[in-house]
Amino acid sequence: MPKSSAKKSVDSLSYEEAFAELESIVAVLENEQKSLDDSMALYERGQALIKHCAKILEKAELKIKKLSGGELTDFEEAE
Amino acid sequence: MQPSLFASVQWTVSTLTKYIRDLLEADASLQDVWVSGEISNLSRPASGHIYFTLKDAGASLRCVMWRTDAARLRLPLQDGMGIETHGRIGVYEVGGQYQLYADQIRPVGEGALYQEFLRLKAMLEAEGLFDAERKREIPSFPKRIGIVTSSTGAALRDMLTAIRRRLPLVEVILAPSPVQGADAPPKLVVAIDSLNHLKPLPDVILLARGGGSIEDLWAFNDEQVVCAVALSKVPIICGVGHETDFTLSDFAADLRAPTPTAAAELATQTTMIDLQENLTAFDSQLTTSMQDILEEQSNALSSLRDGLRFFSPARRIQSEQQRLDDMAHRVDVAQAHRLALEANQIVGFGKRLETLNPLQVLERGYAVVTRQADGKVISKIKQVKSKDKLRVRVSDGGFDATVK
Repeated sequence: MPKSSAKKSVDSLSYEEAFAELESIVAVLENEQKSLDDSMALYERGQALIKHCAKILEKAELKIKKLSGGELTDFEEAE
Repeated sequence: MQPSLFASVQWTVSTLTKYIRDLLEADASLQDVWVSGEISNLSRPASGHIYFTLKDAGASLRCVMWRTDAARLRLPLQDGMGIETHGRIGVYEVGGQYQLYADQIRPVGEGALYQEFLRLKAMLEAEGLFDAERKREIPSFPKRIGIVTSSTGAALRDMLTAIRRRLPLVEVILAPSPVQGADAPPKLVVAIDSLNHLKPLPDVILLARGGGSIEDLWAFNDEQVVCAVALSKVPIICGVGHETDFTLSDFAADLRAPTPTAAAELATQTTMIDLQENLTAFDSQLTTSMQDILEEQSNALSSLRDGLRFFSPARRIQSEQQRLDDMAHRVDVAQAHRLALEANQIVGFGKRLETLNPLQVLERGYAVVTRQADGKVISKIKQVKSKDKLRVRVSDGGFDATVK
């Protein structure tokens, strides 16, 4: 399990980070012998990660930027 | 009017027409012609053959295209359309008309461009730019998608619509460039290069343009553009024009899409629905794993409890109690046995006692004689003298007697 992201608070994780951690938590729960306390902690973190990912998906809004002359600027879509 | 000296040759209409036909059909240059002009009087009867007149400012030419050739046409014909058509000149004798028997039709101007297209294609193909082993896998779940197209075209709108619908999680980087005209090729090259220098790199680039004529799409056949597509570090999906339009950029790209929308769809193979399904699956997986762990722990706990119960004092006491009960029972049984034995012995003794009873002897006719004076039993002669008073006992009583 990636230790660095394990210590981050769930809300600060990107979708990819949260999803990757979720994958490893499920793998640990399924394959490794952990103490009950550790397992419960992993389970609760997993639940929080799922909620976090679901929230990101729900709120996802396409971000569009314009690259010209090596500069990235916000792109306004024509209606 | 002076009559001529010799009568002119007499023709029938048929023989003259046949003569003209032979004349025209014998001319090899009339049997393989490309003619350009504008379509008029287009007619497509149920027979499937196509009839039309090809016109320009000064002349018109009757044309017919037989059903088998017409079936191969990929260009929808209409009156007023400028075309180039290939075929042979012949004569329709019944109508008294010479006409073009057409076997191919293409938009006007396409011919020269198409030749150039084929030349460039052969050249770049020989350079290996279209090799299958150059093609890279398109990532199925991109985080960043680069787009090279006109910032005002319908293609951009279509692609953004498709991406927003399927995977709004991504970040789109638009590198705008004109997509037709003389300055399109260099600007397309700059746009592709700039996306290739972005940090972090996009996961995939969409190179796209809406439909148009071969001239409109020509920038995507430009050698510089095709090279930039082939050499891009980032995989490129090319979606130029419609289903039937092929450009050299399509051949050089890692993936060809029939339209800009299709390009956007191919770049977003993982959709929101997939991600949501993944999350749901993880949710139940997580819960199942946790339930398994809890069940395992609870089983371990029950077996510990069973173990503890086995060694508990209560169980020892119960077991001792049982042993005690067992012993008591065994004592009871032993006792009863013993008593029965004793009883048997007593009965035996009784019987033996019976046989020793002297009275029984008297029954058989013996008698017991005692001296009256001292009550001693007389069993020998020497014990008595004359005149001794005796008592004689028989089975049912006794009587006195005197020795003589």
